[in-house]
This record gives sequence, structure tokens and C-alpha cells, in this order.
Amino acid sequence: MIRSKYLPVLTTLAIFVAAYVACVLQFPNMLSTRVIGNLLTDNAFLGIAAVGMTFVILSGGIDLSIGSVIAFTGIFLAVSMDTLGLHPIVAFVLALLIATVFGGVMGAIIHYLKMPAFIVTLAGMFFARGMAFLISTQSVPVSHPFYNELQSLYFRLPGGGRLTFVGMVMLAVFIGGALVAQRTRFGTNVYALGGNMQSAELMGVPVARTTIGIYALSGFLAGLSGIVFSLYTSAGYSLAAVGVELDAIAAVVIGGTLLTGGSGFVAGTFLGILIQGLIQTYIVFDGTLSSWWTKIVIGLLLFAFIALQRGILWMSERRRADWRGVGAPA
Amino acid sequence: MLQSSPVLQARGIEKSFLGVRALDRVDLTIRAGEVHALLGENGAGKSTLIKIITGAYRRDAGDILLDGEAIDPRDVKHAQALGIGTVYQEVNLLPNLSVAENLFLGRQPRRFGLVRTGEMHRRSRELLADYGLSIDVAAPLGSFSVAIRQIIAIARAVDLSGKVLVLDEPTASLDTAEVEMLFDVIRKLKSRGLGIVFITHFLDQVFRVADTVTVLRNGRLIDSRPVAGLTRRTVISLMLGRELAEEERRAGTAAEPDASADAAFRFTGYGRRGRIAPFDLSVGRGEVVGIAGLLGSGRTETAELLFGIEPADSGTAEIDGKPAALTSPRAAIAAGFGFCPEDRKVDGIVDDLSVRENIALALQARRGWAKPLSRREQVELADRYIKALDIRTASRETPIKFLSGGNQQKALLARWLATDPKLLILDEPTRGIDVGAHAEIIRLIETLRQDGMSLVVISSELEELVVYASRVAVLSDRVHVAELTGEDVTPDGILNAIAAAHGTASVEAA
Amino acid sequence: MSARLVDALKRLAPQLIALAVILALNAAVSRGFFDIQFQNGRLYGSLIDVLNRGAPVAILSIGMTLVIATRGIDLSVGAVMAICGAVGASLIAGGYSLPATLAATIGIGLICGLWNGALVALLDIQPIIATLILMVAGRGIAQLVTEGVILTFNDASFIFIGSGAALGLPMPVLIWVALGIVVALLVRSTALGLLIEAVGVNRRASSLAGVDSRSLLLAVYATSGLCAAVAGIIAAADIKGADANNAGLWLELDAILAVVIGGTSLLGGRFSIIGSLIGAMIIQSVNTGILLSGFPPEFNLIIKAAIIVVILVVQSPASRSLWTFVRPERRREPRQVERVAR
Repeated sequence: MIRSKYLPVLTTLAIFVAAYVACVLQFPNMLSTRVIGNLLTDNAFLGIAAVGMTFVILSGGIDLSIGSVIAFTGIFLAVSMDTLGLHPIVAFVLALLIATVFGGVMGAIIHYLKMPAFIVTLAGMFFARGMAFLISTQSVPVSHPFYNELQSLYFRLPGGGRLTFVGMVMLAVFIGGALVAQRTRFGTNVYALGGNMQSAELMGVPVARTTIGIYALSGFLAGLSGIVFSLYTSAGYSLAAVGVELDAIAAVVIGGTLLTGGSGFVAGTFLGILIQGLIQTYIVFDGTLSSWWTKIVIGLLLFAFIALQRGILWMSERRRADWRGVGAPA
Repeated sequence: MLQSSPVLQARGIEKSFLGVRALDRVDLTIRAGEVHALLGENGAGKSTLIKIITGAYRRDAGDILLDGEAIDPRDVKHAQALGIGTVYQEVNLLPNLSVAENLFLGRQPRRFGLVRTGEMHRRSRELLADYGLSIDVAAPLGSFSVAIRQIIAIARAVDLSGKVLVLDEPTASLDTAEVEMLFDVIRKLKSRGLGIVFITHFLDQVFRVADTVTVLRNGRLIDSRPVAGLTRRTVISLMLGRELAEEERRAGTAAEPDASADAAFRFTGYGRRGRIAPFDLSVGRGEVVGIAGLLGSGRTETAELLFGIEPADSGTAEIDGKPAALTSPRAAIAAGFGFCPEDRKVDGIVDDLSVRENIALALQARRGWAKPLSRREQVELADRYIKALDIRTASRETPIKFLSGGNQQKALLARWLATDPKLLILDEPTRGIDVGAHAEIIRLIETLRQDGMSLVVISSELEELVVYASRVAVLSDRVHVAELTGEDVTPDGILNAIAAAHGTASVEAA
Repeated sequence: MSARLVDALKRLAPQLIALAVILALNAAVSRGFFDIQFQNGRLYGSLIDVLNRGAPVAILSIGMTLVIATRGIDLSVGAVMAICGAVGASLIAGGYSLPATLAATIGIGLICGLWNGALVALLDIQPIIATLILMVAGRGIAQLVTEGVILTFNDASFIFIGSGAALGLPMPVLIWVALGIVVALLVRSTALGLLIEAVGVNRRASSLAGVDSRSLLLAVYATSGLCAAVAGIIAAADIKGADANNAGLWLELDAILAVVIGGTSLLGGRFSIIGSLIGAMIIQSVNTGILLSGFPPEFNLIIKAAIIVVILVVQSPASRSLWTFVRPERRREPRQVERVAR
């Protein structure tokens, strides 16, 4: 028997498999580890950020700041290595620290001022982008031996594909994220907050700590995503990663997570990323289609999933209404 | 049964909200190994008392003793740690988490920071086995019936606390077999020596599981005594208001049944599956029809059906002999209906808007957006009703949320009177209202009746109901069981009808 | 009548003061900020420039005000601007007449708004989620219309909308002022304003009082779509082309910000279109001021973030309850309930 909580994520899996099969039927070359390896590499930064977004959305919130944080991290790394001469590892640690604290502060504002996450992270989005611009408005290239080393790290997959370092980082983040979501008290608390904040509080969930933790985690992962993006592009640019938050939200929702919180899986987000990547790869293979189709298809998928979730909700409400039937007098 | 020692004592509990007294020197004593039913209508103070005992509210005055020692529960968690656990009807665990996660939320067994899921599931199964449940503890709580969820909630509460268990209307949405299952659990816990507080509005259940009954009304303790030797009739009369202030009694002396009233509104076989069984009801011009019954008997459901909020799926409605389709509130309003809901704050007032705008709202909605009431018309309307109904407000531009409950109710009445309705449905119009406003509203109902308006009034204040109603429909278990007319419309007559319905509708457990 | 005018001025005092302070700061960093010249039949000057550049956000904020008043939000307006700009550009470039182009473009905007409204009012999807769909897909649709290029045109009458002038004022200024006055008059001289506020404060109670909240929500989102279409036309006419990637990019956020600065709460209810328009001008004055002062234009974002934080603190339910505690409203103490029970 399939539990209804797995229904959305299984739908996503089915869509992905069917789409992939359809692609391969048309372009047999798409069935290769090379394509898969590239897909993972190209979407690594998005995937990492989307894991953070998964936690935020599971808790019933939203984080609009991640694109800006990625850009900030990129330019921060570039300038701190290029201009200040810091070692990449020191720069990485600093960047992650800043991003985490930044997320935590947003979480604190959301909790203590009781304001919608949407508007608080909107301020965060402006702020982080503004700080990135303040550091530099130019695209700053990165060239450090350590960077080259990381960039040339890869596993050779059978069939000639490459699992690059950034791809590995993304896979590790997904595995770690799934573990945190499913196997820690923090993870359960995240689901609890998204399920019903009042009940969660009554049942003893530390709401303040959890909310701050969620946005700090999202900030941390956005920072990590910025590092990966910097490795991927070998540059820092304050106008980079515009709109990544939308792609991440789309990946989370297409992955079967309820936008109102409380239900969904980190693994689903991974599928959401793969579907987005698959659409892009298909467009590349096709050669005649334009890249804007990606957005339209993603919009359609978003609508389909939101409608599906609405439908599931309606059905469960109908069932509950039936339970409250008239108690038949004997 | 032998009187065991008291496990929980509350003495002289007082609590006010914004100057409105919700609890007035209430006592409650729970003994170990007893099931203590706490009874009362909405607004009687049951939930306030429970919330004080379980730490959700802080009391203004009074003492709480647990095992003879004074305690001061700061919050729910603290009360739980002291030994007092609660299961609420609505806010009821987290349906999106698994059964095991619900049972162990915040105290999951861990190794190296990771939750030991297998261990948690094993312990959950053990825990639930005590309650006779053998279910898949990894499945989401929401996939189980309400009854099983209640038992899981009880298991969690008992596991966390262990001395006193408070059950807040646990049976409200259960069917007969499920109630039986729950009662088995309650009896088992009772034999383990827990003190159990049981809030319900089903009298049969009180007689089946409870040892002691405490009745609250309007924030006061009415009586507390053993169930043995009590009759249904006595309990009902304790619960429903039977006292009427002298002033209010005089307010309604003009009322007398209007026998000549022709049925202007006639509902035949009117009902909706899952809400209320089909019933017949007619209301004449210049007549007040009362609706009586205990909480949960289908009073509000009847009102919502008549007003089209939950449209009927069987039967017909006729207005002056012509069929009418009351499919939505808008349709009902177009047919000349008005409705003052029971929950004023949620369904009635638009709290940020001014008294003037609240009064004008229904009339404006009926006229449509393109035919606005001018500012001057709104002002005149508001001033007229503020004066006529004596609505006490700093000004007509004051946001309605700053008014007292009685004045909010009068403003809502004004909202409907402004539309010049033919049929006005009032759901508990005098609940939670101070004495002065109470008498005024009764007088107003009487005036409206004399002016030829038809009214349907739901009230749990029987003395009040018989003052203005010429006929009373009596409800029980979502069925219209009787209609009293003429000489029978007395508090005693209504009590008898309710008690009779409860006598026949219940399947007695030996 | 004049008493109500004074009331309105009092309510808008913080916004007006903020605008005056920012304009004064602008004048301090840039001499001649308030200078206005009259040349070739139109006015020129920094102040006119603020009014002109602020047009798209001002127009979006009109529709956004109504949406937010119903306790909703419309994230799609930037994308709808791009769609409408693309449609307008391709029609006019394809040789259609100006009236036909404008009618079709505005029609498309209305359809987009109705789509959002249907998701919110009929399917009961949260506004932020419902409008996210079009926000994501909208730019793709716009690209589809322009076929991925910046579609240029040189129809003088269309371009006039973006850069022409009448009565001495640039067309965009006339359009936003006129649209603002028309919509404000429409909602305030009919009962729409009251009904929108009622639905925003308590949708259930309003429906029970007979307010047709579904139609109202549909109309409000449609208005927002219409405003986005007008803003899209102006943006396209201004650059003589449709840029599906950048037209209206992030303007939804500026529009929301303008509404919030204008004093309309994100929690719905009381709204002020005039306030939102002043809010839009505050945002544009900050933009212009930073340009004039020689700060990097990117400084803008940090100032916007700071503005949001200030508004958050002021509007937060937490700090508001503190405020009422410090200065209690003129509230009558409800009389003690002393039921006689014997």
C-alpha cells in the first residue's frame, strides 16, 4: 500500500523516469554517464541551496535571500583571496560563518517580531545583494592553485562521465540533509513546525531555537552553494545567481514538498533538481528549442503540483467531513 | 466507591479577561482513580478552568494543590512535568508526523545525535500495546481515525505526566464503537489510579463513565456531586440557565404566543447529510421560534442550514408560499434573512473596521458595490442604531474590536436591522453579555416581534427563551426531536423534552 | 469634507515627512535639485525625473495596494509586465494599429490577473503560492512572444507613451497620476473600498454579511494585472523595445515595498492608494538621490533593506502590542460581567 505522504514524491519520480525515457528514445546519447555527470555538476550549486530551501519550506516558511547570499559569497571569496590574499580555506570558513549568522538573524527577526518570512527574507535579499555590490561591482576572477586542485578532482564514471568535486559536494549535502531531516530531533521539529505551529509549541518543540536554526541552516547552505558556484565559475560577480531562489523553490515544490509546510522529502528536492536539469539538457540536445521553455515547463509543473496538493487536501477534508456524520439514533 | 484521596485540588480560582470575569471563585477536586465529568455550556468557564490547571493560562487568584502540595504551573510543559497531562479535541498532536514521532517528540532515543528509529518504534509499539492498539507506528498519524488519534494522544499525555489526565471533549467526533474503545482506555487508566477530568457535552457518556460531576455556568461553580443518584433531568437543569434576573423577566412580560400567525417561512424535510437530520420548521410573521438543546445537539447547524452557509441537500424552503433556493448566505440575504452568529469574533465582527462600517456592511453588500451608501447615509444609519440600541462606544468611528461583547452584539443586530430583514436568525444572542445589555436584547427581540418580524432564536438560557418564543423546537443528537407549543413552552417542558430524548437515544451500557 | 482631508493628511503625515526629508537630502547633495525648466513645451528637472522614473512602480503599486488590502500578494506583476511589453511590442511591430495593440495588451494583463484571482478565489490557494506560478513561468512566456530577442519597434505613437509629453508633463507621469486618481476615486466613491477592507480583515464574517468575496478577489487581482499591463506598455515604449529578461525585473518587490511604505499592512485591511503612490515616489527619490550623490547605485538595496527593517519593527504585532501597552487607546473599559445567579 502506498502512503499518501509518499504520493507526491512518487509522482515526481514517475515523471522523471518517464521524461528521461522519452528523452533517451529521442536522443539515445542522453543515456550516458557523461550527461548525468554534467547534470550533477551544472546543478550542484542550485541543489545545495535547494536543500536549505527544503528545510525552510518544510517548516512553513520561505527564504528569498539565497540567490543574493550566493552572489555575496562568490564576490566575498574572490575579493578576500584576490585582494586580501587569504587562503581559500580561511575564506571558505569566513564566508560560511557570515552566511550562517546572516540566516540566523533573519530567523530571529521572523520569530521574535512575528512577521512573515516572506518580507523578512526580502529585506535579507536586498541587504545581501547590496553588500555584494559594496564589495565590488566588477566580476573578479579567482586563480589560486588550491582552486585548480579542487576543480580537477573527479571520479571517472564507467562510460566516460565525470563526477566532479562540486557534484560530490552536492550529493553529500543531499545525503546529509536527508539524514538531518529524517533522523534528528531537529529534523522532526522542522516537520512539526510546518504541520501546526500551535500544536508543536504545545507539544514542547522549542520554536525559537528551531526557527533560528532553520534559517541559519539555509544561510549556511546558501554560503556553501556560493563556494561551489565560485569553484564552478572561477569568479565572483555580485550580479550572479539572480533568481536562484525561484529555481530552488520550484525544485522543492516539484519534488513533492507541500508549500504550506509539514510534508515532503529532501530526496524529492533532488528529483526536482534532476527534472530541471533534464529539461535544460533536452533543450541543449534538441538545439532548436529555446531555453525559455525551461521556465514555462517549470511553471506548468509548479501548477500541476500545487493543484495535486490542493486535491489531496480536499479529499482528506471530504473524508473528515464524512466521519462527522450524524450519529444515527438507535 | 470508596472516597480515595484527592490528587488535584483547585480552590477559589478566579480569572478575568479584559475586565470580564470568566471564572469566579471556582473549586474543583479530583480524586485518584476517579473519572470526573466537567459540564457546562459554551462560555461556562470549563476550558478556562482546564487551561489554568494545565498551565496554558495563569490564574488571577486561588490555589492549586497536587497531592496536597501547592503548585503553580507556568506553562503546559511545566504542568506536564508536574504530572498533569491534557488531550484537546482540536489541537491534537501533529497529523503529518508518524505515530512514533508524535509519541516521542522532543525525547526521541538517540545514538551519536541520530534518532534510533527502530528503538523508538519498538518502544512506541510497547506503549500502545498497553492500550490495546497494534498499529503501524511508522505511518503518519493523520492516516488513522480520530479515535485512534485520541488514544495515541492519551498514551502520550499519560506517559509524560501520569497523575492527572484532562480530556477536553475527546468524543466529539467519534462514532459509537469508537467511543466504546475510548471508554475502555479510560476505565483502564482509572484502575491504574489516575485522576481523570472528562469534558463532554454528551450526557449519556457522563452517566456511563463518570464517578463525579461538576457543573459550571457563567464562570461559577453550580454543583459538584457523585453521579450515583443523579438523574439526567437534574444534570440538564443544572447546566441550562434557569435563573433570570428580575429586570430581564420584566423586559419580556409583553410576550404572548401569537396564535394567529400564519407561516411566512416554511421549511419541509430540510436537512443536510453529516450536519443535521431533515426537519420541518415554520415561522409566522411576528413570531419568535426558539431552538433549544444541549451543546452539540445541532442548534448552530440548524441556523447555518437556514442561512445557506451549509446549504440543504434535502427538503424545500418556502417563503410566503413560494419556493426559495437558499444556496448561499447571499441568496438568503436576498430573500430577506439575517443571521447573528454564535462566535461573534470569528464570524460576526470585522474587527479593524469602525462601528459605522460594521453596521453598514450588510446593507451595502446587498445594494452592491456600485450603489454606495454615501458617507452621510452611513453616519445617519450608524447614529440611528447607536441611539436606538444604546450601543456604548466612544464614537461611531471607533474600531468595533474596542467595544464590549454586549455592544458588539448590538452593533451586529444593527447591521441586520439596517437591511430591514423579514426573518432574523439569532444564535445565542445573549451569551457572554453583561446584565444590562442582556435585558436590552431581550426587550429588543420582543419589540421586533411586535413590529411583525419573524425570528428564530437559539439559546441555552431556557427561562429567557420561553419569555419571547411562542414555539420551541427541541434538538438532540442533530435531530429535531420535538416541537413544543402553547402551554408546553416552559423551562420544565423543554427540560423534559431534552431529557426524554437523551433517555431514548442512548444505548445503555450495563 | 475638509475635516476628512485633514484626517487623510494626518494619516499620511509620516510618509509625506519622509518624502520631504529625502527630497531635502537630495537637494543638499545636488544643487539645483528643485530647479525646473520649461523647454520645448515640457518641463525638465530632477524632480520631474523622479516622477517620470517612478512611473512603473507607482502604477504597479496601485493594483498591489488593492491585492494586499485583501490580505493577498501578487508576485507575478513583474513577469506580467514582461509578457505585456512583449505582446505590445510584437503587435505594434507587426503593423497593428495603436488602439488595437493597447486593447490586446491590456486584455492580456487582465487575463493574467484573472488567472491569479481564480487560483486564489476559486481554488483557495494561498496568494503567495498562486502568484508564484506566473512569476516563474511569465518570463518564459514573454520570451516565447519575443522569440528570445529584444524586440524593437519604431512606431512613433507607441513610443510617445514612454517618452512623449502632454500638458508639459511626461506621458508616464500623466498616466500614473491619472490611473491613481481613477482607481482611488473608483474604490472610494463606490462601496468597493469598504468591501475590500472588510474582506481583508475578516473574509468569513464579510461573506456571512453578504459580501461577494469571490468576485471581489477576482476583480482585485484583475486590476493588478491591468496595472502590470499599463506598466509593461510604458516600460516597452520607454526603451522602444521589449526585453523579456529584464522588463519589470524585481519590480514586484519594489511595488510591495511601496505599498508597505504607504502604510497599508501586509496583514490586509485599511489601505491607501495615495499612500502607496507616495511610497513609490519615496523609493524613486532614494534611487535618484543615490545616483546624484555619487554613491554606487547598488547602495540602494541596502537602504531598501533598512527601510523594510524599520517598517517591520513598526508594523510587527509584537511591537504593536507593546505600543498599545505604553499608550492605551481611548478604549472603554468593558463593564464587569456580574451575572446574577442564585
